[in-house]
Amino acid sequence: MRLPAPARVALLAAAVVAVQLATQASGKGFYLTQLTMTAYYALVVVGLSLLMGYAGQISLGQAGFFAIGGYTAAFVSTVDLSAQASLPALALLARLGVLVARPDLYGGQILGVNPWAGLVLGVSLASGVAFAVGVPVLRLRGHYLAMATLAFGTIVSAVVVGTQRLGAADGISGVPPFPVLPGVRIGGGSADRVVNYYLAWGLVALSMLLLGNLVGSRTGRALRAIHGAEDAARAMGVDAARLKVRVFVLAAAMASAAGVLLTHYVGGIGPSETSAMKSVRYVAMVAVGGMGSLWGALSAAAVLEFLSLRGVFGAHDDAVFGGILLLVMLFAPDGILNFRARGLLARLRGRPAGSGEGA
Amino acid sequence: MNLLEVSGISKRFGGVQAVKGVSFRVRKGAVKAVIGPNGAGKTTLFDLLSGFRAPDEGTVRFQDREIQGSAPHEVAALGISRTFQNLKLFGHMTALENVMVGRHVRSRAGMLAGMFQPPSARREERAIEERARAEMRFLGVEPLAHSPAGSLAYGQQRAVELARALCAEPTLLLLDEPAAGLNMRETGELADQVLRIRERGVTVLLVEHDMSLVMRISDEVAVLCFGQKIADADPRSVQRNPEVVRVYLGED
Repeated sequence: MRLPAPARVALLAAAVVAVQLATQASGKGFYLTQLTMTAYYALVVVGLSLLMGYAGQISLGQAGFFAIGGYTAAFVSTVDLSAQASLPALALLARLGVLVARPDLYGGQILGVNPWAGLVLGVSLASGVAFAVGVPVLRLRGHYLAMATLAFGTIVSAVVVGTQRLGAADGISGVPPFPVLPGVRIGGGSADRVVNYYLAWGLVALSMLLLGNLVGSRTGRALRAIHGAEDAARAMGVDAARLKVRVFVLAAAMASAAGVLLTHYVGGIGPSETSAMKSVRYVAMVAVGGMGSLWGALSAAAVLEFLSLRGVFGAHDDAVFGGILLLVMLFAPDGILNFRARGLLARLRGRPAGSGEGA
Repeated sequence: MNLLEVSGISKRFGGVQAVKGVSFRVRKGAVKAVIGPNGAGKTTLFDLLSGFRAPDEGTVRFQDREIQGSAPHEVAALGISRTFQNLKLFGHMTALENVMVGRHVRSRAGMLAGMFQPPSARREERAIEERARAEMRFLGVEPLAHSPAGSLAYGQQRAVELARALCAEPTLLLLDEPAAGLNMRETGELADQVLRIRERGVTVLLVEHDMSLVMRISDEVAVLCFGQKIADADPRSVQRNPEVVRVYLGED
């Protein structure tokens, strides 16, 4: 039942390959587009799962961090600096590789920012904001982070919609592909579809491996200890506030990196990515998978996000995720995957779950 | 030589003076007990010593360093380890993991090392586990290593909590009512354990209700009543102190 982490990652890799082969065999290669997007959203969810399940804090602002990454990438990669190319500072940046020239649609030359620089900038920006929000709030006990991040997400949303340079209500489109390796670029061209699918899910597998290691390590133990009995953890020398901030920053960094990569993949980003409902979805997916279960969160994200992207929930998409969150909290607070019918029955009869256990 | 010197500390909660101008010393290598009726301020005193509360006035010197107002994790890093009156175990973690958390102050692998598992982090992790197992052996609970802490019997949980505190290799061990909820046999075991801990060179300060335990294991006993110290001497003298007798037996 409880597989060791490397075995789980191997299983994930096998599933990823099997799904790709199945789509190929059935001629539904176009599914890979949504599956690739699902992988990036799953990164957000897995990071949030670490924060919720292990640091015991809820963030209602993950969409904001995702958007900081996505909009940073979109903005810097679509800006054309060729008119200013003669400025010494820009010439220096071009020599350092931060600026790169690429052909535009009409055969001219655009001097844009290297997507790697966009990635570094977007992730740094989101991490810095998370640190600034987290330091004062995470010193306090309780769910102040949920409120602070909800406010933060709302601010990001308002700034994006109100800023012409960020495309306002239209968002930013025409984001070029991100050449990550020779011959491999993150972008939506159908020739790149299979490579992108493997790249995205490879990142997910890598994250699962690293986060799985983290959870089992000294730091992970300290996190679980904080969640179990914060006073005792502090008495054992765990700096609870500092550790929570670091996990919050890590979750924000993962969300923003996903934002950068997804934006290059789909070629743009719009204000819908910043909405509070997006943040609620991420929380709902973590809740379905079970607090404190990275693999549960990943499974929930993989299934729900894919169904959502395929349009299965139709116009009720947001309502479905809100409803899921509500139902999980009422009937299976440990997550659907840890769901026990007995607990449900006891709950419905108005008795505390587990009271009859061991009898 | 005094390991801990408490001078005139006070703590007030609203209108209640929980601890009032209390001073006492703990000699290095000794077992010292603080006793007193319910509401005498014993737990507040412990919270002041371990950084969970800051005193309104007074100083706490530990190894010639003033530590009042430091955060709990800072106090822990200096070599003061504590247990809790109502046992605060990490219930969903195994007994072994609980004890391993006790090693936090004596280890260093951070988040990146946790993720990427360099050889140094693996070595450290092995050393943490070995040390934790040794402490569990010392207290006779190693066979329970892989049981979830929350599923253990009360006496076992108390031993695991003690092992966790010892795993930090403390200079000073603070025990908050360690015999609470234990039966007579378990209390007897606890007394032996405390004496064996002292033999290891660890100084022990405990707050306790159980007089027979206190008289058996303590080198010195301080008595608190309504936040003030009313006696501080060897166990025999304290037992004969008329003020203490009055407070404890309710004589008028």
